[in-house]
Amino acid sequence: MLSANMVELAYLVASVLIIFALKGLASPASARRGNTFGMLGMGIAALVTLQLDAVQNYAWIVAAIGVGGLIGGVVARKVPMTHMPQTVAFMHSLVGLAAVLIAVSACYDPVAYGIANAEGGLYLASRIELFLGTFIGAITFTASLIAFGKLQGLLSGRPLQFSGQHMLNLLLGVVMIGAGVAFCVTGAWLPFLIMLAVALVLGVLLIVPIGGADMPVIVSMLNSYSGWAAAGIGFTLGNNMLIIAGALVGSSGAILSYIMCKAMNRSLFNVLLGGFGGDSATASSAGGVVEERPVKSGAAEDAAFMIGNARSVVIIPGYGLAVARAQHALKEMVDVLLAKGVDVKFAIHPVAGRMPGHMNVLLAEADVPYDIVFEMDEINSEFADTDVALVIGANDVVNPAAKTDPASPIYGMPILEASKAHHVIVVKRSLAAGYAGLDNDLFYMDQTMMLFADAKKACEAIVQALD
Amino acid sequence: MNVDVVQDAAQAAQDSTADPIVLSITVFVLAIIVGYHVVWNVTPALHTPLMSVTNAISSIIIVGALLAAGPVEMNLATVLGLVAVGLASVNIFGGFMVTQRMLAMFKKRG
Repeated sequence: MLSANMVELAYLVASVLIIFALKGLASPASARRGNTFGMLGMGIAALVTLQLDAVQNYAWIVAAIGVGGLIGGVVARKVPMTHMPQTVAFMHSLVGLAAVLIAVSACYDPVAYGIANAEGGLYLASRIELFLGTFIGAITFTASLIAFGKLQGLLSGRPLQFSGQHMLNLLLGVVMIGAGVAFCVTGAWLPFLIMLAVALVLGVLLIVPIGGADMPVIVSMLNSYSGWAAAGIGFTLGNNMLIIAGALVGSSGAILSYIMCKAMNRSLFNVLLGGFGGDSATASSAGGVVEERPVKSGAAEDAAFMIGNARSVVIIPGYGLAVARAQHALKEMVDVLLAKGVDVKFAIHPVAGRMPGHMNVLLAEADVPYDIVFEMDEINSEFADTDVALVIGANDVVNPAAKTDPASPIYGMPILEASKAHHVIVVKRSLAAGYAGLDNDLFYMDQTMMLFADAKKACEAIVQALD
Repeated sequence: MNVDVVQDAAQAAQDSTADPIVLSITVFVLAIIVGYHVVWNVTPALHTPLMSVTNAISSIIIVGALLAAGPVEMNLATVLGLVAVGLASVNIFGGFMVTQRMLAMFKKRG
């Protein structure tokens, strides 16, 4: 058994390794080494804890790690990349549930944690920490489950709203805090269980009014919560390792939520109030009667001719690309174009996928090299010099109304400025509105050609026509 | 040693050194600042792996779960702890492995 000082130093080493894991993600070149550091740090933290005198129940613990590790390993191998958002949401729920179980366990048997006072009860400070850790964990647990259900399609992605919803949430919040304070004062089970139950219900109610389109923000936010829950448990146990790791994750998720909100030009508060991103409800209220406007449409051969003879092409993929499973067909098209000497680049909007950075992973999976994939800020200045902007499965993120029409609900949202390219080709199944339920002026511009087709079939047809 | 002596000693120790919770808060605040700077440096292209790896990292909560599951005599506390160990293990293995799988896909041209 290591001395207490050695244990603390080992936790310090593990913490530093975990910071390096995040630091590695600054570039794809260093990211894999970073991930190895992360695994090493986690391994050290677990092994150091296992050798503590307090931990003796080896057979059962090894069995629990084995079963959990096996399930996690299988999921990690099998899960399709398009399902990453719901996988991450599901994993957040597990962290939340684990935090709740640990907190209940600590309340039940504080002596085992070395946090008991002389009478075998809990100190006031421990009670406050347990209160915080439990309710954050509980909300993370149920909220993540609902987010998982919505992303997986088990629940409708449509926002569920009813009158008095916010009042009810507020009331439940007050009850939860009241019960939590009662627990802190008395240390009794009843207020603890009431607080736990209300927090579980609150997690559900907070997420149901939020529409599918806002899920990138929600998944990021729950990422943050899972970190704060871990930090909360760290305070209870007086364990710096947990506090550090929890704080890192908490701030990471908070930053991602901020980036996602900014990319959608929404405030976090506005997202949390919900109601945005209905299937069709917003379309009528926002657009009114959509007048018939002439569009230019063409065939795959026309598109192939345009991009085949272009000097530079910027491809703007949206989530529709992934829905149509067109990444690989698109990659084939890119290979043909690169072989012809066309300068091909990808332009990624921050909310192109269903979670931050999702589209980059989907392109990487299709073997698109990351050095031709650019972020919005890097590439927006290049559109004016671009021969063809090819929009596939994206809509709102290229809508010029965000820059030009102060009356538009998406006014102020940063967009990819495809409309500045010499020619624009939009691959789309129909003229249907996007998530925000808006018509898109880009479709009706002089330099725009619509290619009405499924993204995958369109890419395959273009490849054929290019040969 | 009776309880009074122990309590007096504990009181004396408390008066002369900072409460552990103050040290915890210090560590917490500094870690948030480190996290803030490190995460802003993460390239947006890797935000999905960032989320999956932070998921694995938040499962550091397994340290608490191991303490809960630690005692040999089984009671409600140990059983809950064991379940928590299992849940955290799903995330640790799943989170790091799926991150590795994603990062392996990111290749340069040529």
